[in-house]
Amino acid sequence: MALTPQDVSRIANLARLELAESEQAALLGQLNGFFSIVEQMSAVDTSGVEPLYTPLSAVQEVHLRLREDRVTETDQRALNQRSAPAVEDGLFLVPKVIE
Amino acid sequence: MSPKPLHELGVAELGRALADKAVSSREATQQLLARVTAHDTGLGAFLHVDMAAALAAADAADARRAAGEQGALLGVPLAHKDIFVTQDMPTTAGSKMLDGYQSPFDATVVARLKAAGTVSLGKLNCDEFAMGSANENSAYKPVANPWDAARVPGGSSGGSAAAVAARLVPAATGTDTGGSIRQPASFTGITGIKPTYGVCSRYGMIAFASSLDQAGPMARSAEDCALLLSAMSGFDERDATSVQQPAQDFHAQMLAAREGATAAQPLKGLRIGLPKEFFPAGLSADVAKAVREGLAQLEKLGATLVDVSLPRTELAIPVYYIIAPAEASSNLSRFDGVKFGHRAAEYSDLLDMYKKTRAQGFGAEVKRRIMIGTYVLSHGYYDAYYLQAQKLRRMIADDFQQAFAHCDLIAGPVAPSVAWKAGEQGDDPVKAYLADIFTLPGSLAGLPGMSVPVGFGEGGMPVGLQLLGNYFKEGQLLHTAHALQQATDWHQQAPAGY
Repeated sequence: MALTPQDVSRIANLARLELAESEQAALLGQLNGFFSIVEQMSAVDTSGVEPLYTPLSAVQEVHLRLREDRVTETDQRALNQRSAPAVEDGLFLVPKVIE
Repeated sequence: MSPKPLHELGVAELGRALADKAVSSREATQQLLARVTAHDTGLGAFLHVDMAAALAAADAADARRAAGEQGALLGVPLAHKDIFVTQDMPTTAGSKMLDGYQSPFDATVVARLKAAGTVSLGKLNCDEFAMGSANENSAYKPVANPWDAARVPGGSSGGSAAAVAARLVPAATGTDTGGSIRQPASFTGITGIKPTYGVCSRYGMIAFASSLDQAGPMARSAEDCALLLSAMSGFDERDATSVQQPAQDFHAQMLAAREGATAAQPLKGLRIGLPKEFFPAGLSADVAKAVREGLAQLEKLGATLVDVSLPRTELAIPVYYIIAPAEASSNLSRFDGVKFGHRAAEYSDLLDMYKKTRAQGFGAEVKRRIMIGTYVLSHGYYDAYYLQAQKLRRMIADDFQQAFAHCDLIAGPVAPSVAWKAGEQGDDPVKAYLADIFTLPGSLAGLPGMSVPVGFGEGGMPVGLQLLGNYFKEGQLLHTAHALQQATDWHQQAPAGY
C-alpha cells in the first residue's frame, strides 16, 4: 500500500503544515520509502502482547504520581509572555476567530 | 600550575586543580573561552557564547571555594546542548521556530549543574529538535568533526561532542532519544552515557519523543561522566516520569570494587553478552576490528564474553521511527505561533497562520517526522502502525531481559561505520535511519547505555564501543568503562590541531 498525493495533502492539513508543491512531491517519495521498511512490522504476530507505552513498565509497575492540590507557582505572566509573537494587556493575540 | 595545558584537563582533574588552588575558575573559564574564540568558527559547535555571564559564574564559583565550599564540579566550565532551556541565554533547539526564544526558567538538569557550581560557557549546536544523526539538520549551521572537518560529528548532540573532542570544554550535556549521546560520542572519540529512562529529569528539555528522551553527560572519561551524572540526576517532581529514588553517587559506584576482583583483573566475573545481531555482515570491517580490540581488553581485565541474541534488532528501526515521530508530532503541535516562537508575517486567518508559521519555522526533517507521526496516529492507521509498534517495543524490551539472564552487560558497536562525510547521505532519510540500528533497541527498552572509545578506523576516525546495562545499572557501566580507561589510552587521544 503506497501513499497518494491526496494522502500527503490530507496528512499535511491534519498536521497544520502548508507544503509547497515541490515539498509535497519530495515527501510522497520519502514517506513511501520509509513505509517500505515499516512493512516488516506487520509480519510479526503480536496477539496477546501488551503495548509498552513507557519503558520501565517492562520490568515494574509504573504508577502516575499525583501532586498535592495546592498552589506552587507564582505569577510569571510577564516572563512567560516575553517570547510571545503578539501580546496586549497580558493577553496572547490571535487573528479574529469569531465574526 | 598543572604541567598539562588547562584545556587538556578533564572534569575530575580540573576539579582537583581548583581544589588545590593551582588554578581559579576564572583562569580556566578565560582560557577555554579563548579556545572557543580561536577554534569554533571552523567547528560550529556553539550557537551562543556568553563570555560575561561565564566569567561572572566563574567568579561566583571562586568565591564559593574561597568561603570553604568543596565540590568536584565547583568552578568547572561546561556547555549545554541547546535543547535545554536556560533562563539567562537564548534557547533554539537548533530550530528557526525558536529563534530568539528566551525561557522563563532553567531546565532541571541545567539548574542542578548550576547549583553544583559549574560554569556554562554557552549553548551547543544540535540537530533541529534533536532529530538527526549528523548535525546536518541544525537550522543554523552544520558542525564539523574535529578529527576531520569534512566529516559529520554525529547527532543529534553533535555540537556537544565536537566541543568536548576539540577540548573547548571538558564536558557538555547531551540528550539521547535514539542514540543522540552515544553515536556522536563514538564519532568524535569521547565518552558519553545515556542513563535509564527516568534517571534524569526531562523538565525543561525541549520534548522530542517523551517516552524515549533522556539527558546525559558527554566528557572525555567515564570518571568525568560519573561526576556529572551524579549532579544531573535524581528525582524531580516536575517530571511525571522521573524515577522516585534517592540521589546516587555514581562516582562511588564506579570506584566500588567487584566481588572477587583483583588488581590485575578488576572485571573478574563480569559476563559481557555479545548479541550476534550487533555483528552483522554489513558492519564495517574497521569498526568490527576496533570493537573486537576493546572487547579483548575487557577480557584481559577479567571479563568473560558470552554469545547472546537480540532477535528483533532490525525491527527496532521501524518501531522507533513510528513511535518517535508519533510522539514528536504531538509534542511539536505546541509550536503554533501563539505563545512563543516564530509567527508568519502574513496570513488570512487562524488556520492559515498555524500552517504558514509551521511551514516557515520547521526544517525538512522535522516536517517529515511530523507527517509520519500524524499519519500513524490518524484514524484507521493507529492500530496497524502505532499500536503494533508499541507491542513490538514490549517484545524488544523482553528480548533484553532474556539476554540479561545470561550476562551482566551487553556490548557491541555504537554505529555500523565511522563518521561519514558531510552531505554523503544525500536526500534519502531512510539511509540515515538504518544507521541507527545498534542504538535504537536500548532506547526503546529505556536501558542505560554508553559509548567508550576503543580505537580508530577508516581515515583515522574514532570508533566507540557500546555498553548497555540492565535498568539502573549505570554504576556497573561506569565501573566497566573506567576499568577499560585505566588500562588503555584511546580516550586520551586528541584530534590533531586541538
